[in-house]
Amino acid sequence: MKIMNIVNAVNDALDLKLSEDKNVVVYGEDVGVEGGVFRVTEGLQLKHGKERVFDTPLAESAIVGTAVGMAIAGLRPVVEMQFSGFVYPAFNQIISHAARMRNRSRGQYKTPIVIRMPYGGGINALEHHSESMEALFAQMPGIKVVIPSTPHDAKGLMISAIESDDTVVFMEPKRLYRAIKQEVSEENYSIPIGKANVISQGTDITIVAYGAMIREVQKAAVMAKEAGISIEIIDLRSIYPIDRDTIAASVKKTGRIITVTESPRSFGVATEISQIVNEDAFLYLEAPPKRVTGFDTIVPLPKGEHHYMITPEKIFYEIERTFKY
Amino acid sequence: MFNEYNPIDNKIFSVMDNDGKVINEKWMPELSDKEILKAYKDMLFARTADLQIVSYQRQGRIYTYPPNYGQEAISGATGALMREEDWLVPAFRELGAYLAKGITLKEIFLYFMGHEDGSRFENANHVIPMAVPIASQLLHATGIAYEIKYNKKDEVVYTFVGDGGTSEGDFHEAVNFAGAWNVPVIFIVQNNQYGISTPFSMQTASKSIAIKSVAYGVEGIKVDGNDYFAMHKAIQHATEHAKAGKGPVLIEALTYRKGAHTTSDDPTKYRTKEEEDLWGLTDPLKRLKAWLEAKKLWSDEEEKKVVSQYKKEIDRQFEEAENYPAYPLEDAFQYMYADMPEDLLKQKMEHENFIKWKGNRK
Repeated sequence: MKIMNIVNAVNDALDLKLSEDKNVVVYGEDVGVEGGVFRVTEGLQLKHGKERVFDTPLAESAIVGTAVGMAIAGLRPVVEMQFSGFVYPAFNQIISHAARMRNRSRGQYKTPIVIRMPYGGGINALEHHSESMEALFAQMPGIKVVIPSTPHDAKGLMISAIESDDTVVFMEPKRLYRAIKQEVSEENYSIPIGKANVISQGTDITIVAYGAMIREVQKAAVMAKEAGISIEIIDLRSIYPIDRDTIAASVKKTGRIITVTESPRSFGVATEISQIVNEDAFLYLEAPPKRVTGFDTIVPLPKGEHHYMITPEKIFYEIERTFKY
Repeated sequence: MFNEYNPIDNKIFSVMDNDGKVINEKWMPELSDKEILKAYKDMLFARTADLQIVSYQRQGRIYTYPPNYGQEAISGATGALMREEDWLVPAFRELGAYLAKGITLKEIFLYFMGHEDGSRFENANHVIPMAVPIASQLLHATGIAYEIKYNKKDEVVYTFVGDGGTSEGDFHEAVNFAGAWNVPVIFIVQNNQYGISTPFSMQTASKSIAIKSVAYGVEGIKVDGNDYFAMHKAIQHATEHAKAGKGPVLIEALTYRKGAHTTSDDPTKYRTKEEEDLWGLTDPLKRLKAWLEAKKLWSDEEEKKVVSQYKKEIDRQFEEAENYPAYPLEDAFQYMYADMPEDLLKQKMEHENFIKWKGNRK
C-alpha cells in the first residue's frame, strides 16, 4: 500500500498498463516532457520512452481521430484532453467514429481508447475550465463514461478503462486531484465499469452522486444525521453503463432519492436516474425523486461561481424537503 | 513586400537589428519621432501592467493570467494602426492591442479576477471578448470580414492566434474561407515558440507558419515580431492590401514568450536558461529604446519617471477592480437568453428560496 492522491493513482494505473501491455500508448498536449498540466502523466515519458508517451501538436480532433486509427490497427491509446472544456473539436471523432466503428464494421473493428479529461468546477478557473458535461458523452450510444471519486477508484477504474474494448471517456474531478489522499494498493487491480458503489448504508433517503460531489454529499449526510435523517450514499462510478439495479434496490429500501451533480439540470444524469427510479421502484416512492444540480446556465467565472456550485447545505436543504414531503 | 519576402523562400522581414539600428531603410515605416515615442511608451505601459498583474497574481489578488512579456511589439504595432471602426478579434495574449482599442486595465483586471463584467468593454468598439478555446476565434474574424465586404464597409479585421493554435483545424478553415471569400481579415500568428511546453518544432514539419498562406492562396509574410518597425510596416502593408479588396493576409510574427504560458505554468520544466538569454537579445522594448536613445529622444531618467507614474495608474485601476460590487445571482442568469425561459426563471427562484432558508437557519 502507498499513500496516493488521484493524480498519483491515475499515474500509477497508466504506469502499470504501459509496463504490462506494449500496445498501450499515452499522448496528448503537454503530456510528455511536462507530464501534463496537472502532472498526471509525470515521469511516464522518461520511463517508457518517447514512442509510447508523447506530446502532440495542439489539436483535439486529431488526437482522438488518430487514436481511432491506432485502435483499429491494434493499439490501446490513452489520450488526454487538457480540460474537458476543450474536447469539443474532437466531438466529431468521438460520436461519429469512436462510438460507431464497432457497429459500422459489424464487429470487425473495435476502438479501445481511453479519453481522459479533467472536469468540474470549484478551482477559480478561467472560462471553459469548470464545466461538467458528462451527460453529453453519456448520450452518445457506443461510449462508456467513467468518473472516479477517490484515488482507489481512480486507479482501479482506469485499469478497467484501458482493458475495455470500448471507448471510455474517463472524467477526472480536478478539484479533487490533490484534495484526497488514501492508501492505495500498488498491485494491478481493477474495478468493474458499470457497477455503482454503495459507500454508506442508510434507511431514509438514497443519494446518488459521483466525482467531486461525493464529498459534498458526505458532508450533507453528517448534517442529516444530526437532524435524525439516515442517508444511503451511492457513488455511481460509471455514468454509462449505468447500474440500475443498485439504484432501484436502494430506493426500494429508503423510498426516497436525490441525485446530486454539478452539471446543468435539464436532460442530464440526474434526470435519467429519476426516470430509472420511476420505472423500477415507482411503487416504493414516498416522495418525488429530486435533483440537486447546477443551473441551466454557463458556470460563472470565479466571482460568481459560488452561486452555481453545489454546497453540503444546498444538498441538506433538499434532504429536509424530501424527508418532510 | 509580399514578393520580396515570399514565404517560399523562408526569409524573415526585419527593419532593425537587435541593437536598434535600422538595417532595412527601404521598409522603414514613415513615422514621426513623436509617433515612435508614443509607440514605445504604449508598449512600456503594457509591459509595466503585465508584470504588475503577474505580481498581483503571486499575491493571490488575481487568478490565472497569461503574461505578454516579450511579445509587446506585435500588439503595439497592431494597436497603433487599428482604427476605431476596425475589428479586433483576440486570443488572450494581446494586452497592448486591447488597451489601444480602449479596453481599460480595470476591465482586464476584473476579467482575470473572475468576473464577466470585465468583458463589457464600456469604452471600446468592435472588439469581442477573449477566446479561450484555441483558434476558434479565427473563424469569427473571417465571418466579421464577410460582413464588411457584404456591406462594403471601410473596415479591417485583426485577429490573433499563437503557434500552437495553427495546429487546430479551425485555423486552416478560417484562413481557407477568408481566401475563398476574399475578405479583409489579417491573421496575426504570434509564434512565441511554445504551445505551453510544446516547442514549435513539434507543432509542424513546416519551416514556417507563413508558408501555409501559399497553400490557401493568400498573401503571407514571416516577420521579426520583436522588431517594432517591421511589425508596423508589415501590418500597415497588409491593411492596405486587405482594404484594397485583395483579400486576407497571414502574418507570422516571430517572438518569444519570456514569461510562462500562464501563471500556472513553470517554463523551467521544458526550456533552458541559455535559450531564454539568447531570445532576450531580441527583446522588443530594448531594441526600440536603443533606437530612441541613439536619437536622444529617450533616457533612463525619463523611463524611470514614467514607469513610476504608470505603476500608480495601474494600482489605481487595480484597486477599482478590487472594489467592484459583489456578483449578484441575477448575473448568472440574465445574459443566457434574450428572454429568460420560464424553467430557468424557476431554477433561479428555487435557489432564492434556498438562500432564504439558509438565512433563517442562522
